[in-house]
Parts: sequence; C-alpha cells; structure tokens
Amino acid sequence: MSAFLTLIGRELRLAARTGGDALTLVLFFVMVGAVVPFAIGPDRTLLAKLAPGIVWIAAFLSMLLGLDRLFRADEDDGSLLLFRHAAIPLEAVVAAKVIAHWLLTALPLMLASPLLAVLLSMDVAGWERTLLSLLLGTPALTAFAAIGAAVTVSLKRGGLLAPVLILPLSIPVLIFGVAVVAAPEGSGSALLFLSAFSLVSVAFCPFAAALALRVGSE
Amino acid sequence: MNGQNPLLTVENLALSRGERRLFEGVGFTLAPRDLLLVRGPNGAGKSSLLLTLAGVLRAEAGRIDWHLEEPPKLHVLAHSPGVKSRLSLAENLGFWRTLNGPTGLSPEAALDAVGLAGLDGLDAGYLSAGQTKRLALARLLVSDRPIWLLDEPTASLDAAGDSLVARLVADRLASGGAVIAATHNDIAGATQTLTLGGPA
Repeated sequence: MSAFLTLIGRELRLAARTGGDALTLVLFFVMVGAVVPFAIGPDRTLLAKLAPGIVWIAAFLSMLLGLDRLFRADEDDGSLLLFRHAAIPLEAVVAAKVIAHWLLTALPLMLASPLLAVLLSMDVAGWERTLLSLLLGTPALTAFAAIGAAVTVSLKRGGLLAPVLILPLSIPVLIFGVAVVAAPEGSGSALLFLSAFSLVSVAFCPFAAALALRVGSE
Repeated sequence: MNGQNPLLTVENLALSRGERRLFEGVGFTLAPRDLLLVRGPNGAGKSSLLLTLAGVLRAEAGRIDWHLEEPPKLHVLAHSPGVKSRLSLAENLGFWRTLNGPTGLSPEAALDAVGLAGLDGLDAGYLSAGQTKRLALARLLVSDRPIWLLDEPTASLDAAGDSLVARLVADRLASGGAVIAATHNDIAGATQTLTLGGPA
C-alpha cells in the first residue's frame, strides 16, 4: 500500500516541479469555452442552452490532449521497464498512475469550471449539475486515456494516435454526461449510467493498460 | 559451478528481433555466487538476452527456468537509468526503495557507497552521465535482491567507477547472489563467460 501511495505522491510532486502541464490543460479548457460566445454571438439564452455541451466538449478535448504524458516520461527515462519488477504488480502501478492522472487533469478542470460557467452564462443550478456530471464522468475518460496511452507508448510519436483510438470508446461518456446536465427532471437514469460506466472502466483499465504495456515492449 | 542448487537454468534459448535471428541454442546454469559475463560484438543480442531473462521480451524457443518464486524479483540495470531529473537524488532513491521494498541500505548510505555522498538534495538533472550511472547503481543497493541483470554497467564510468562496479558485484556475490552482466570490459571474479554472435 505504501508503494501505491508513494507512486501517487511521486506523480504529484513531479507535476508540481515541472509545473506548466496541468496549467496548460486548464487554460485550454477555459479557452475553448471563451471562444464559443464569439463564434455563436452574445445570445444569452442560446449560450445557456448550449453551455453543458460546450463544457463537456472542452473537458473532453483537454483530457484527450493530456493523455500522452501518462506513460511517456516513464517510458523515455526507463522507469516503465523497472516498474515491471516492482514489489507491487504492474496493474497496481497503472492504477496508481491513473489516480494521479485524474487528480492532475480532471480535478483542475472541475476547479476551473465556475469560470466557464460565468463565460457561458450558466445559472448556479446548471453549474452544479455540470460539476456533478464531470465528477462522475471524468474517471471513465481517464480510464480510457490510460488504455490509449498504454497502447501507443511504444510508438515514438503516438501522441495523436491515442486520442483517435479512444474517441469511439469515450462517446457514451459524452452522451450521458450531457444528458445528466441537460435533463434536471428525471435524469436519474443518465446519472446511473454515467456512474456505472466510470466504475466498470476504472475497474478494468489497469488490467487492459498493463497488458498493453507488456505486449508493447516486445 | 560450486555444487549448490542452481538459481537459473537456461536451455536452448533462441530470440529474433524483427526478421533477424539474434541467437539460438544459448544455454547456461547460474548458481549462487556466479558472475556470468555476456560478451559479443554490438548487435549480438546481449541487451536482448538480459531483457528476455527479465521477462520483457519473449523467447522464440527454449526454456528459462528460475528455481525461485515466480515471477523472480530481480534488479535490472538497463541503458536508461530510470532517474527522474526533477527529483533530488535522495527522492529518486527513496521512491525506488519504497516501490521495490525497503530491504536494503538507506538512500544516504547507498549514495555514500557509490561515491555520491553529500549530493542528496541535488536535482538528478544536474548530474553528469557517469554520476547518473552511479545513481542508477545506487538503486540496486536500496532494495535487497539476490539477482542482478546489468547491461553495460561500466559504460560512461571513469576508472574509479569501474572498480566501484567490481566491488558492488563482488559484495553481491559474497552475500550469495548472482550477477549476469553484458559488458565489453572485464569484471573481476567472473565465473562463466557466454559469447554471443561468434566470429561469423
């Protein structure tokens, strides 16, 4: 267990030292939201209607952009090879990295979401539902990102391939994520679907990603 | 061979990378206190043999039998050092110590043993290639594991570094471990030599 926590701590510490990365994603997230009103025009009711979808698209793209750094640095400096002989199994290493990745990519987006809510003239209730849907949906996105990153880590320039690979997998998350926000009345089923999606994908992704890492290094 | 139960038996091992057959019919037995030197020209498959033994590459034919628990916990020293440049030396070692099991020296003692004493707080990114290699060697000391697979352990080290590697290997052997080293330089105390890619 201490190895697991140390691994998460190391990822967070490295991100804090390197800076930049997490901040860049947040800026990208806010930027997408900030550009939309210029493109659509200053129609407040239309903006408020589109806001949940825009927030989800912005979050979706930010998460896709950030996924390559999940394993890339460890592959480059040889740590990934050494993880295979750690005292904990590779699956646990992947699980720890997925948790750290969620803390470093999804959590900052949620913290920045009030800014986007203001830019898109959402009301407080709408923002709360968006936050809830992001909280429930981003674990699934992180899980798929881990699988995509693991499959492409052995390719020197897999950066853009991975998002294309996992896009079809992630579409249901987008559908149910927006459904949670868009239908406040009786949206219980979308909420449950989204939660189930996240739980299942997070449970399976360490095994799938670890398998991909093992096969990929041959 | 010194009459003890072997740690590892390899029989008739063959490996190809891409379309090219690197080696075939490789076999040896490793007992405690054995130092096996793997020799051969560049591209003969020395690193690939070590990666196969480490379970990273899959052999095309042959048998690798660790007479230990499966999968074997061993230390691999590869070309990439596994060092994070933005973490300090002590943090790097502390991380691997927790991840691999805190069964060896403390990070400070390990740094002292490889000649990097007093640099604990320095970012590893400021180290020279030789110092980075020494830091990678220190990783082998913070967690106690009987078997070491070393790929070019003396590359980019100075003369003092060469004798440091020889000393660390001798210590490992003295405590009942075994070492397989792919190298172009001699390491004192070798009990076996395996030459890959003979004069073809």
